[in-house]
Amino acid sequence: MPVPHDYLFFIDPNRCIGCESCVQACSECDTHKGHSMIHLEFMNRRESPQSVPVVCMHCDSPTCAEVCPADAIKRTEDGVVQTARKPRCIACNNCVLACPFGVPKMNTREELMMKCDMCYDRTSEGKRPMCATVCPSQALFFGTQAEIDRLRPRSRAINDFQFGQQKIHTKVRMMVPHDAAIAHIDVVDAMCADMGEDDPMLSAAVCSLPIVSKT
Amino acid sequence: MAAERLLDQRGNSPRPRYTLVAILSGCAATAIVAGLIVVGSRRLSHFDAALVGYTFATLFATFGIVYRYTMWLHRPPTAMYWKRGWQVFLRPQALPRNVVLWFKRLVSVFLANSFIWKRSVLRGAAHWLIMWGCLIASGITFPLVFGWIHFEFANDGFDDYTASVFGFPLFSFGIDSFLGYLIFHGLVWASFLVIAGVMLAMRRRMRSRDALVLQRFGEDFLPLILLFAVSVTGLMLVVSYEWLNGYAYEFLSITHAVTVIGTLLWLPFGKFFHLFQRPAQLGVLFYKDAGARGEQARCARCEEPFASSMHIEDLIEVERQLGYRYEMNGSFTDHYQRICPRCRRVSLAIAQGRLWTAPAAHRNPTDVTHG
Repeated sequence: MPVPHDYLFFIDPNRCIGCESCVQACSECDTHKGHSMIHLEFMNRRESPQSVPVVCMHCDSPTCAEVCPADAIKRTEDGVVQTARKPRCIACNNCVLACPFGVPKMNTREELMMKCDMCYDRTSEGKRPMCATVCPSQALFFGTQAEIDRLRPRSRAINDFQFGQQKIHTKVRMMVPHDAAIAHIDVVDAMCADMGEDDPMLSAAVCSLPIVSKT
Repeated sequence: MAAERLLDQRGNSPRPRYTLVAILSGCAATAIVAGLIVVGSRRLSHFDAALVGYTFATLFATFGIVYRYTMWLHRPPTAMYWKRGWQVFLRPQALPRNVVLWFKRLVSVFLANSFIWKRSVLRGAAHWLIMWGCLIASGITFPLVFGWIHFEFANDGFDDYTASVFGFPLFSFGIDSFLGYLIFHGLVWASFLVIAGVMLAMRRRMRSRDALVLQRFGEDFLPLILLFAVSVTGLMLVVSYEWLNGYAYEFLSITHAVTVIGTLLWLPFGKFFHLFQRPAQLGVLFYKDAGARGEQARCARCEEPFASSMHIEDLIEVERQLGYRYEMNGSFTDHYQRICPRCRRVSLAIAQGRLWTAPAAHRNPTDVTHG
């Protein structure tokens, strides 16, 4: 059964409070039980409480699947990019290195790539993914467009991202200011500006000090 | 998909050329197998005409497998790994060590399925039983069908058999000996292994919630059903001639032939094809070895090493061939591939966060709170 087309996944890292509920809940998902697929990045715990939950964005043209030499990563008709098919994955790490969002994880012990599949066992039955179910601040939100519009009138969702010259369109949406004059989120542009230190506070948070990862 | 947009340097789609190469490769492989059947059976003198259906199914499977394998090898990431895998394996200074490692990995990865046991004992046991059952059955069936192995009475009597391979006598054994019992029931032992493995796999497919949601009939159930059908009908043949005086033997033999031929015809299409894809895993392991010994790529942002330089350069080339354009012209580095996965995750958050702290020119002045 496909994921209901009117149910969408929205992410707003600004709302993340770093509670790790999503990380724990993710490992309860039946499709990858015992393994959490969420990356929870802490930008700089010494200076800032900012944290970032990273789930798969489910690209329309997934780079991870395209660079897979074993053709192990499949995208369902409802747009969910599945984790690697076990009989095929040869643990080459191409997908881990190629994903523009840095999502796939390599399970070295089992020689298998694993990634967020939007809790397909749940979402294909109309339920919310584990992470969105437990997220207390709703940084991870699974619902309809009407719901998100009503709950967050000052935000709008965007699902186009620019990485250098490459534009990536995703199934998962990210919340941006409603009046932001942009058609896509330019990751590289922001990275360059950040490294150019035009914003001292952010620059100090993510460039000058080491990044601590919980993944 | 980007791969489908891939064009060669002249701007033409390369697919027809690849298809022609694949068809020719399939025809060549089929001709080689057919030739080996003629030679190995001594101009068909040891070929059992009753098994001709199996032979043609095998020839079809050979064509299909080689065709699909050749098409698979033409995919840019596969072609890159294929080329690099052989290059790093055959490097003169590493070749002796690689040969030793190859044998070790052949045993641990393929014969013992070490990585599957780590995923779960049930999965490991199921795969190991099915794999060894199929290997034993294939090792017996194909040479017999092709006439490469045949048995003749030895010593002008009826007590001993001589086994000949490719027409050359190899060894003799008593018909009623324990060795003879093992050999003549080889397919029975193989069937027991396959049936046990299929039962374990079926149990997982019926009970495991991850399997329940993702499995598909053609991809996951059909191979198990085919293997079960082949094994059970094969065993019923034995039961028929051992204990039922050949009751319904002809019907059973036709049923068994249908299941075997169906399985052979399905080999190139479904899950069984992983038998031929999976050995690429060995090439990957040697690629990783070479990468670990070589220069490491450092992230252009955090400057931490995160992969081998060889891997990053190869991936940049593969992405270019696939039609992706992650180039970062005029930036602090030339390609997005030179950013480590962790910095990519953080940078996305920075990009989104900057929008909320953007100058007022980009924002409605009254909209200062985060909705």
